Amino acid sequence: MKLLEQAPLSAKFGMAIIVVYVIAAVFAPILAPYPQRAIVGSQFEAISAAHWLGTDHLGRDMLSRLIYAARNTVGIAVAATALTFLFGCMLGFLAATIGGWGDQLLSRAADTILAIPTLIFALMLLTVFGTALPVLVLVIGFLESPKVFRIARSSAMNVVVMDFVEAARLRGEGVGWIMRRELLPNVMAPLVAEFGLRFCFVFLMISALSFLGLGIQPPLADWGAMVRETAQLISFGVPTPLIPAFAIALLTIAVNFVVDWFLYKQSGLKEERA
Amino acid sequence: MTATSPDDEKSVLLDIRGLVIEARSEDTWAPIVKGVDVTLHREEVLGLIGESGAGKSTIGLAALGFARDGCRISGGDISFDGIALRELSEGRMGRLRGARIAYVAQSAAASFNPARRIDDQVCETAVQHGIMSRPEARKRARRLYATLRLPDPDSFGRRFPHQVSGGQLQRAMVAMALVCGPDLIVFDEPTTALDVTTQIEVLAAIKDAIRAERAAALYITHDLAVVGQIADRIKVLLQGEEVEEGETEQILYHPKEDYTRKLVKVRSVSKPGHTDMSDTPAIEARHVTAAYGKGLKVLDDVSVSVAKGATTAIVGESGSGKSTLARAMTGLLPPLSGGCHLNGVELPPQLKHRSKDQLRRLQMIYQMPDVAVNPRQLIDEIIGRPLTFYFGTTGRKRRDRVAELLELVELSPDLAKRPPAALSGGQKQRICIARALAAEPDVVICDEVTSALDQVVADGVLKLLLRLQEEFQTSYVFITHDLATVRAIADDVAVMYLGQVVEHGAKDDILNNPQHDYTKKLLSSVPRMEMGWLDRVLAERAKGREAIS
Repeated sequence: MKLLEQAPLSAKFGMAIIVVYVIAAVFAPILAPYPQRAIVGSQFEAISAAHWLGTDHLGRDMLSRLIYAARNTVGIAVAATALTFLFGCMLGFLAATIGGWGDQLLSRAADTILAIPTLIFALMLLTVFGTALPVLVLVIGFLESPKVFRIARSSAMNVVVMDFVEAARLRGEGVGWIMRRELLPNVMAPLVAEFGLRFCFVFLMISALSFLGLGIQPPLADWGAMVRETAQLISFGVPTPLIPAFAIALLTIAVNFVVDWFLYKQSGLKEERA
Repeated sequence: MTATSPDDEKSVLLDIRGLVIEARSEDTWAPIVKGVDVTLHREEVLGLIGESGAGKSTIGLAALGFARDGCRISGGDISFDGIALRELSEGRMGRLRGARIAYVAQSAAASFNPARRIDDQVCETAVQHGIMSRPEARKRARRLYATLRLPDPDSFGRRFPHQVSGGQLQRAMVAMALVCGPDLIVFDEPTTALDVTTQIEVLAAIKDAIRAERAAALYITHDLAVVGQIADRIKVLLQGEEVEEGETEQILYHPKEDYTRKLVKVRSVSKPGHTDMSDTPAIEARHVTAAYGKGLKVLDDVSVSVAKGATTAIVGESGSGKSTLARAMTGLLPPLSGGCHLNGVELPPQLKHRSKDQLRRLQMIYQMPDVAVNPRQLIDEIIGRPLTFYFGTTGRKRRDRVAELLELVELSPDLAKRPPAALSGGQKQRICIARALAAEPDVVICDEVTSALDQVVADGVLKLLLRLQEEFQTSYVFITHDLATVRAIADDVAVMYLGQVVEHGAKDDILNNPQHDYTKKLLSSVPRMEMGWLDRVLAERAKGREAIS
């Protein structure tokens, strides 16, 4: 609590925004005035008392869809990021712990995936395997994990050479124990910071995929898809497509504020120790 | 030793009065130097001595008008040659530093830029301050290399830092400090990271250079025997306060304060050597040859044995293969040929082929207690894990056993719920000992376990190890480069040199009657708590060389 009070304004702002998003996602059915799929008006209605943000190209309420989209987009982004970290950290720690050929094999595999443009690779995989939500989460988790792998591996490399890891090896501990109990607690800081950043990228990627039509499928609401559906309104000078875009931007900035603060805290601690 | 007393004709160069330096912890500032006075005359060498945390380095940096990050000079006056340093602007201070006050750090390897040639770095300050042109500075550097007895002074500067040895690099750093002809040099533990045989050479070079350059020096160290060879006066510090100051002779031979007496007396732990080779040795390396990769042999046909309940010290300089031998014994580095036997049974060369029981019987204690315990685990977990792992002890039983072990290593059982960061270096090393003991081992490999600790603390750890050995009949393989430690703890000694055991036998035989040249050199290089020891040893060696030629 004391930590929170000391946080700079930007971090507090970021945290407030994230809390608002989480509330919107969790309580979407209560907060939203209409269901996300219901057609409640005519196409592209202007802003009114009944529809605070107007309606979309099918006559669905924009505000309701915006709130529901928080649930869909953010929920999937969290799931995909968690999966990314599960893959990336496990393999990264494994590579650092076993070293030698195993490390080479894993690292080169990661390099190979990194060499292919992510979005295009994602489009290909989604076209092949279909666009069901679990597939989407898996594909993103698979494609983003090499980036986490590299960070997990290099931070773990610095810890693996420490005497306490050697002491654990000499004791006869298995790879699993070393990864979980000796490495993980010592590389938490960079990984948590990376989680924040990676979340933003995953989130933007989902929106981009949805915008291209291969992400979250209609009729589920999603900010990326909402921008695409209402994109033509831009030519009439109506700000509707900017609203979901703004929702995306705001969350990205908020998460980054919090991550920055976390990084600052970490480096500050280090200076004190030295 | 020409003890130049601070006579009145020489003017005061550095005058520090009532120095208070504070360090930040959490949100408050806590004093780490509490009102210390330092007076240094021209061409005088003052030794600052104390354990870590005594504030000696902090005072040394304050003589440059500098405080480390997270520290601030909050009180007192620092006057250098009549200039009040605390009132100086950063820019004018910068012109003073390097040019008139120079600093030599402990680790030359960390202070040189590995990507640039030594000459460029040595001459940099002189050229930057506009004191000399580059060719002039080079010429001066070459003269300094000669004074510092560096090999081939004309081409030495053209090498890169990694192409010279640690002792040579340390001397190059002294040249860097001297190049502008400073009035004051602050030496911060310049020989601590070096082997004794190298230390003596660097020490002699520093002493000559200070004298030749007619500079004054603050010599900071924790080793009273070292500072006794070089300083005119010695100031003893404890936790940011002065204990006493006096002429070198007075401090070494007639210390007034209890604390100083304790410092003079350290290294007085000793045990009579006893060897009983009739039994099967607890651990034995037989004809071990090992190498990293396909490279040079680091161990060449090494045989060492340790009797049950006894200690064999493995002595040698860095790079002699001491630690590699430990790695071969523990199975981290399977030997190319030969093998290790535990209680007469051959151990599988690879760690992963050894049984849990074999692993349990052979434990290890490391040099750096800071990195030997996981900073993210509580003491309870660090000591308790071997109990669970080897004996399946859990819950209440484990808690009780951890408390017992903590008491065994003379720590409070209350520490169990603390993280290692809350402990001092000596306490952490005791935690490592408790962790090794938890496995109830037959053999403990101690890899330079006291060299990262202050002497008074190290003495305590050695005493503890001796007591535990008596109690549990544990055998120790004691790797060290410090002969005082050998004297204190060993029964047998194996001297290693360039990957081979050159001498192996009872401690008293080897220490009193060394046969191999390297052992002789090593023995004569250990600083003694005597004035004039350095000059005497150097004179003897020079005589020896003359006799040979």
